[in-house]
Amino acid sequence: MNRRMVFYTVGQILLLEAVLLVLPLAVSLVYAESCFTSFIITILITAASGFLLKLIFKPKDHVIFAKEGFLIVALAWLMMSLFGALPFVLSREIPSFINAFFETVSGLTTTGASIIPDLSVMSKGILFWRSFTHWIGGMGIIVLIMAIIPTTSGRSIHVMRAEMPGPIVGKLVPRIRDTAKILYLIYIVMTAVEIVLLKLGDMSLFDSVVHSFGTAGTGGFGIRGDSLGSYSAYSQWVITIFMLIFGVNFNLYYLLLVRRARTVFRSEELRAYAAVVVAAVVMIAINIRGIYETFGETIRHAAFQVSSVITTTGYATVNFDLWPGFSKAMLFILMFIGGCAGSTAGGLKISRVFLLVRMVRNNIRKILHPRAVASVSFEGKILDERTQKSVSNYLSIYVLSLFAVFLIISLDPFDLETNLTAAVSCFNNVGPGLAGVGPAMNYNGYSVLSKIVLSFSMLLGRLEIYPLIIAFIPASWLKKNNI
Amino acid sequence: MKIIVVGCGKIGSSIIENLVAEGHDVVAVDHDPAIISSITNVYDVMGVCGGGADCDILSEAGVDKAELFITAAGSDELNMLSCYLAGKMGSAHTIARIRTPAYNDKSLNFMKQQLGLAMAINPELLTAHEIFNILKLPSAVKIETFSRRNFEMIEIVLKSNSPLNGMKLTDIRNKYKTNFLVCAVQRGEEVFIPDGNFELHHGDKIGITATHMEIQKTLREMGILQKQARNIMIMGGSRTAYYLAKMLTNIGNSVKIIEKNPAVAESLGSSLPKAVVICGDGTNQELLLEEGLRSVDAFLSLTGIDEENILMSIFASSNNVPKVIAKVNSDELASLAENLGLDCIVSPRKTISDVIVTYARALRNSLGSNVETLYKLVDGGAEALEFNVCRTSKVVGVQLKDLKLKSGILIAGILRDRRPILPNGDDMILEGDRVVVISSHRYLSDLSEIIE
Repeated sequence: MNRRMVFYTVGQILLLEAVLLVLPLAVSLVYAESCFTSFIITILITAASGFLLKLIFKPKDHVIFAKEGFLIVALAWLMMSLFGALPFVLSREIPSFINAFFETVSGLTTTGASIIPDLSVMSKGILFWRSFTHWIGGMGIIVLIMAIIPTTSGRSIHVMRAEMPGPIVGKLVPRIRDTAKILYLIYIVMTAVEIVLLKLGDMSLFDSVVHSFGTAGTGGFGIRGDSLGSYSAYSQWVITIFMLIFGVNFNLYYLLLVRRARTVFRSEELRAYAAVVVAAVVMIAINIRGIYETFGETIRHAAFQVSSVITTTGYATVNFDLWPGFSKAMLFILMFIGGCAGSTAGGLKISRVFLLVRMVRNNIRKILHPRAVASVSFEGKILDERTQKSVSNYLSIYVLSLFAVFLIISLDPFDLETNLTAAVSCFNNVGPGLAGVGPAMNYNGYSVLSKIVLSFSMLLGRLEIYPLIIAFIPASWLKKNNI
Repeated sequence: MKIIVVGCGKIGSSIIENLVAEGHDVVAVDHDPAIISSITNVYDVMGVCGGGADCDILSEAGVDKAELFITAAGSDELNMLSCYLAGKMGSAHTIARIRTPAYNDKSLNFMKQQLGLAMAINPELLTAHEIFNILKLPSAVKIETFSRRNFEMIEIVLKSNSPLNGMKLTDIRNKYKTNFLVCAVQRGEEVFIPDGNFELHHGDKIGITATHMEIQKTLREMGILQKQARNIMIMGGSRTAYYLAKMLTNIGNSVKIIEKNPAVAESLGSSLPKAVVICGDGTNQELLLEEGLRSVDAFLSLTGIDEENILMSIFASSNNVPKVIAKVNSDELASLAENLGLDCIVSPRKTISDVIVTYARALRNSLGSNVETLYKLVDGGAEALEFNVCRTSKVVGVQLKDLKLKSGILIAGILRDRRPILPNGDDMILEGDRVVVISSHRYLSDLSEIIE
């Protein structure tokens, strides 16, 4: 076990975080806000810690295996969240550290669950940092580091695999660094396009940047109490479309770039994603007809809420907690499904759900015809037993962890609907839930224990469970090798 | 440079490892998903799972943009077909592994032409050549030739009784009047490009460059010249053994091959009329002794199983066979075997990787001073490269003592008008020369890279 390499890489990541913090610092300087000192202090502390880690743990060799990959990812995300919480605390805009930690984790994991009761008193610098964490966490900090720093080992695929969501993580091009660069380039360009489009509507530059970050990372931190409710229909449509775009597997965009559009439109995951979105919008629109004045408005709100929940963004244009039960149930189910693998969205991922359905069908066929030779295919390829097993295993560990989180936060005196949707919403990185944690409410009422548990559940959801669990098994840090 | 490697077995994965280390973009193609997943876990390459002669798979691997396409799958026919298709689909250069003896005769050139192959590689044949050269000069553990045999570079291991032990290189040069150069030393894990003050120790593996004639003379003066091996026993009737036995019997050496499989032994016997083929288990010590192991000049273990080769070589060494050569493919086992006292190990994997890497480097640098030959020395710790010097190079026409060479670079030889020169500070490199450079920096691809 190459412990040095783990801490060394974490040091590198902290340094990168310090660099990224310069952006909100600049914003606070532009708006001449007093919170800029908190950013300077944070940058100094983070950079110093990063340097120290790199210095103390200078690795003797750079070879890492799958275990180190998981540990690096888990530790990096924890440290990033701890240091990223400092500006909130130091500027006294979120005085409690636990609250600040919750907010940062919620940002980095692109959840968008907030504990801030009144957004109008927050300074622009802090609001910018809050949304910028969405953008960083969306594509992943480790992918970013891979794009910037040349890797010495081909084995860094282990780290990338631990951070990138989805059952099968492949490369776009032979070299991992080029793959990371391409992903970030696509990410940056799409974010920039959205900023421009939003700016053309009724949003100010600051608003369009912040909301684009929230959309790109499928995060969902708003800067107004009613999220996006008070913006124009144009802005809402732009965000609806971009949420859906960022919920698509980024590999497909690369394929579009290299003119293999045919493969893209034949993608089963993309088709399933489109089908689920359209079906959900239609059903909800029928269910909520009559609440809004025009047909256009009904469709707009239905489409916005569906896109927001399925891509696990968590923006809202209306308080969907007031919708009829069927619509709420639809949205609740969409929370589990999530976006496509290889996108910035959370949840189980379309591809996993798709595979699970196919596997169940296959199993039923085997029960009916015990001797049938049946295989599960996905994207035109037959899936091997191992991938199938890993998908069904993921579902079981997902359900178990979700139950654990739900049980612990139920110690707080809220009703079942609130607790259940809070757990589900955080775990799937959506943000708002229903009832007590609905789009118009926030998570501030939860106890310290629940906030910590919910923070971990957000990290579990973003990193797809395994890295964190492995990091919390003491044996994985020891020299023993019987695990 | 974008390179596709089809077939990721022993040879294929070794090629991939070296090409990735050189910084190329490599796509690995294999039909076995388990192999692909293990390859992509260890090396920074993209894996594509599928057959090498399947056009869909090839286009998925990006064959139209590949500059080099290498096939090292098990079947020669598949390799040829796959290269042919790749060539038609837009790959600039194709290299196929073709190792069946029947294809490696006069028809090979015709086939290469018709299939549009840039190169056909035959690991077994190359290994056989390597062993053949060593047997001619058994004092060395490795022999490489430069500039069409005008220069030779040999590696020797200093035994405990070697006269060179404890001597500085300047003293060695004064003591022996012959013209040679110690250009690389491996001590344990470390590799040195030595200067005059470097002191040699027992156990060092040293690389010596000199002209072909001088090498013999030098070794004789040092008292470590072993006579050419003429009476040779080979364990294992592999393809390598076949090629080698053919070469050896052609120059009149006596060769005995021991092969376990009766069918293989039978066919070897009929295709090698001048060699003696024994059908028996080569791991049987009794059999080896009965067949005269103690009286042979050299024992070669060339079976397909590394472990057998190592063990039987140790057995032969303990029976005082003057020269023992083991074929060991796995790098880990090779270093273990060296620790066990086997100094002469050949590896088809390494030989092939050298050839491919040379080719790739020459392709990358199609202008300027081309890499003509490249050898990995002392277990890959250093490289010996031969460059063709063109006029534009910055090093042309400057006295060597005025060149600011990077550390770890040594100019080991210059060939001018077919006349080899072992250079000193007053010599200079001129246009049209061939220059042999020893480097502990890896990845030189142009002569001008040797100066600061």
